[in-house]
Amino acid sequence: MMAHAIFFYAFSIIAVISAIMVTVSKNTVHSVFFLILDFISISCLFIMIGAEFLGMIMLIVYVGAVAVLFLFVVMMLNVAQQKNQWFISKQNSGHIPVGLIISTIIFFELIIVVGGWKYKPELLNPTISKVSNEISNTHSLGQVLYTDYIHIFQISGMVLLIAMIGAIVLTFRQREGVKTQSYLKQISRERSEGVEVLDVPSNQGVKIDD
Amino acid sequence: MDYINLVFGEVYKIIFLLVPVLVSVAMIVWLDRRVWAFVQKRQGPNVVGPFGLLQSVADALKYIFKEIIIPASSNKIIFILAPIITMTLALIAWAVIPFGKDQVLANINVGILYIFAVSSLGVYGIIMGGWASNSKYPFLGSIRSAAQMVSYEVSIGIIIINVLLCVGSLNLSDIVIAQQNMWFIIPLFPMFVIFFISSLAETNRPPFDLPEAEAELVAGYQTEYSGMMYAMFWLGEYANILLMCALGSILFLGGWLSPIDIYPFNLIPGAIWLTFKILLLFILFALVKAVVPRYRYDQLMRLGWKIFLPLSLIYVVLTASYLFYFNLLPTI
Repeated sequence: MMAHAIFFYAFSIIAVISAIMVTVSKNTVHSVFFLILDFISISCLFIMIGAEFLGMIMLIVYVGAVAVLFLFVVMMLNVAQQKNQWFISKQNSGHIPVGLIISTIIFFELIIVVGGWKYKPELLNPTISKVSNEISNTHSLGQVLYTDYIHIFQISGMVLLIAMIGAIVLTFRQREGVKTQSYLKQISRERSEGVEVLDVPSNQGVKIDD
Repeated sequence: MDYINLVFGEVYKIIFLLVPVLVSVAMIVWLDRRVWAFVQKRQGPNVVGPFGLLQSVADALKYIFKEIIIPASSNKIIFILAPIITMTLALIAWAVIPFGKDQVLANINVGILYIFAVSSLGVYGIIMGGWASNSKYPFLGSIRSAAQMVSYEVSIGIIIINVLLCVGSLNLSDIVIAQQNMWFIIPLFPMFVIFFISSLAETNRPPFDLPEAEAELVAGYQTEYSGMMYAMFWLGEYANILLMCALGSILFLGGWLSPIDIYPFNLIPGAIWLTFKILLLFILFALVKAVVPRYRYDQLMRLGWKIFLPLSLIYVVLTASYLFYFNLLPTI
């Protein structure tokens, strides 16, 4: 149990410190790297409580895809060179009360949601919970995800799909003068279409490319 | 005392796994250059040692004694971290590769997801190296490689789903055991071809080596690196290639299983069969490098998103319907 506790506290301390560093570090790219470190230590915590499937999915989805996109955007925006000091300066401090009010509202909303949550009775009492060690948690997750929770699963998928279509619609615009290539045309070109052998009369030349 | 014994036992096993992997990475670099040379009717490295086998050792010595240059305007911590991350991630994925029945360092339930996660983390070494160099060509190379690796990971993930449908487990040993009667290359042959091409793109091998296209980007994300740090990028890249070959042979070529389960063949240890299959796939990798010209970047993206992704999705539907209709779905 000793080693377990040591690892648990190590990962949680890393998670908390890197979460703080995300907000306080001056360089935006460093913030994203700390965010990645945070994700990794949280997925290690998931693995430590035996939820290895969730931990690995967390690594694949958040670290392998989402954070790469964050990094991409942050690097492209060239905000890396800016000093992140605007919230210290006088003229911008008007944002702070608004931010405080919004975050307080969100905080109380979270308390209401979590407080009013109805758990299954066997979840509240871990001694009677029926988590069997016979099957792996990937199997047990798969058994409930597509049966008991199929509607929630499908709805969250639809929300993501709508968000994706919305992003495409918002950024899509018809550009003028874009040259497109037809791959089929490029591949199916033959020698007879591209090369022509001509008899060039001396001192007269030949007219090509008309 | 128990902990100390446990730790020493694990360290012993890790060293016993990592040293052969590192040696074979060095040998594979030599093999790659030899195959490449033979296709082009050259000799390749043949001077140092018998058949030039010690060429990689000579190269490694050269890199070790070279000076490590860190550009003045670079972000030093991230610049140094990048090759270390590439190398580490390429090596830790070997923990779950089974070399035989019960011959595996960590027999975890989600082995295939672990490999997938670690290989998707591999992009960070390249992005960090390119960004921290604070120079044009490395940055362009790293952005290219990030987009490329994320795109091809999607199709690799869906190909893995195809295999998992037939197995019903995420454990790599279970995947191999499920192929006892028939290797998955036979029913899933189109997926094997797509997996092979995607793993070329995932490891930045030619014809998809756009992140380091020397004609456009000098050396891509490695431009500012020198000495041992460059060598670590290099070793990490080849260790990743070996890992993808190992993954391909586990998913499609039956891992440690012998081709035919009859008397003289099944006496040979599984590790030798696995090595043989990895080598076979690697020679294919090397041949592709020598034979095929480099892709254009838009063609690469088109191939990933418009051809491989729909094809592998269609194959998922086909596999699932076939298994469901003939009642072959694996049970727990």
